[in-house]
Amino acid sequence: MHPAPSVIFFSVLSGAGFGLLTLLGFGARATSQGWPAFVFFAVGFVLAVGGLLSATLHLANPKNAIYSFSQWRTSWLSREGISAVAALSLMGLYAALIIFFDIRVAPLGYVAGALCLFTVFTTAMIYTQIKAVPRWHQPLATPALFLSYALTGGALLAGAVAHAGFLFLLTALIQLWHWNGGDKAFRNAGTNMNTATGLKGAVRQFESPHTGDNYLLKEMVYVVGRKHAFKLRIIALLFAALIPSFMMLGEVKHLGALIAVALYFTGTFASRWLFFAEAEHVVGLYYGKR
Amino acid sequence: MTALPETTQTKLGLVIDLDTCVGCHACVVSCKGWNTENYGAPLSDMDPYGQAEGTFLNRVHSYEVVPDLGTAQTVHFPKSCLHCEDAPCVTVCPTGASYKRTEDGIVLVNEDACMGCGLCAWACPYGARELDQAAGVMKKCTLCVDRIYNENLPEEDREPACVRTCPAGARHFGDLGDPDSDVSQLVAERGGIDLMPEQGTKPTNKYLPPRPKDTLDTDIDVLGPLLAPVAEQPKGFLGWLDRALEKL
Ligand code: SF4
Ligand code: SF4
Ligand code: SF4
Repeated sequence: MHPAPSVIFFSVLSGAGFGLLTLLGFGARATSQGWPAFVFFAVGFVLAVGGLLSATLHLANPKNAIYSFSQWRTSWLSREGISAVAALSLMGLYAALIIFFDIRVAPLGYVAGALCLFTVFTTAMIYTQIKAVPRWHQPLATPALFLSYALTGGALLAGAVAHAGFLFLLTALIQLWHWNGGDKAFRNAGTNMNTATGLKGAVRQFESPHTGDNYLLKEMVYVVGRKHAFKLRIIALLFAALIPSFMMLGEVKHLGALIAVALYFTGTFASRWLFFAEAEHVVGLYYGKR
Repeated sequence: MTALPETTQTKLGLVIDLDTCVGCHACVVSCKGWNTENYGAPLSDMDPYGQAEGTFLNRVHSYEVVPDLGTAQTVHFPKSCLHCEDAPCVTVCPTGASYKRTEDGIVLVNEDACMGCGLCAWACPYGARELDQAAGVMKKCTLCVDRIYNENLPEEDREPACVRTCPAGARHFGDLGDPDSDVSQLVAERGGIDLMPEQGTKPTNKYLPPRPKDTLDTDIDVLGPLLAPVAEQPKGFLGWLDRALEKL
């Protein structure tokens, strides 16, 4: 699948933002109020909202985006939109009460936090539901992957060092689990040239249906760049998980925290890029590619 | 509404005969011709005098098939939306732009609500949807919904443009929900199949596999005996010339 920068930015940034807001909602930094509290909430909101805005860049016809709140009964993308708006509104209220009035309404925080986490889950489900991309269609591993990256980023940004160290290791394990399942997924899905064409025997493309490029090939049959996949996997694993988790063992002060955050984002971008670039859509079979 | 209808009585669709299709791409051209000037946004060409990249609702692939026994065969393979019963492209759509009609099972896009997110194209395993790069809305086969019920057209034209055009008679249109219809009979007779059944989409369109090659048990060289050389030795003037030259 084509790794569109807008979508990668969206899912990494908003993931970390919603992760941070989740933890704030559940009482991380509960002692902060006034300006310090403002800064934490602001970071969460900027990341979450910035990510959402970046996702709208991916739309070819954004003027109809308003209709996307209508199909929550069947569509995970619609659910994501609704959940994001609800989560941000409630969290905004919770934050405003803390920052300006020094009132902490814990139940409101829990509800808003849960909605933030649910928003990350809906993002993951947009990909998980796509059966035509077997690597994404891992009902447990894909949501776990998105949630763990989001919560780890959140814990790191909230400065919840003790939790972060543990979450980093968990992320590493879930990432390995997702890669492992993903590498076998296409074969296990049972879709191949024979089921695609219904023809028996060895089937190979003789002629492409068109001489030029097209939307399908650009969007769904993205094959370039997979050759660096292994190196990028190592980078993702080291930067987004293992190195920061070791850093969390020691006393992490400002500069250290900044480095950990930078490492986390680098690694997470690498992982998310791979999530798209390595994902093979079954339509590629019709072009004799994967 | 992107919830799928429980069932549809009528299931309009195509039956494509892979045995007969000669890969002429006439259906591709007539499809683009009809659909660029009728239902919805035109089908744009991005680089018409260069790489010829653009939106098409029907495309013809060609495959080489090497069976376990026998010689290789070329199979032309037209592909457009299969109007699936369990259409994953419909349920993922956030705006309600994609829908499946209850009355005849046709899957359509309401372009006035489509936001061009492309998610439905991801969800379709067959690559039947293309996001038009000029209009920014999703395009797909409409089964020529604006022809098949169109009372302004002569009756013989009330079928999809591709079916009307196909010079080989490789495309058939009808109600696959009715077991007695011509298309259903054809599917039953020829062992029509679903593409990617494991994807669980329950496509309405069916494909008729190439007929097995027959074998001849008689001598196929019927002209052979007639082609045997009639005169081994040249006679007359040529014979004299031949003998004279031989002696030299
Ligand atoms: S062929 Fe693709 S676009 Fe058409 S109904 Fe099936 S899933 Fe949807
Ligand atoms: S591209 Fe249009 S029709 Fe397809 S899922 Fe998005 S809004 Fe729906
Ligand atoms: S017009 Fe008929 S013969 Fe020609 S490519 Fe299309 S289906 Fe095949």
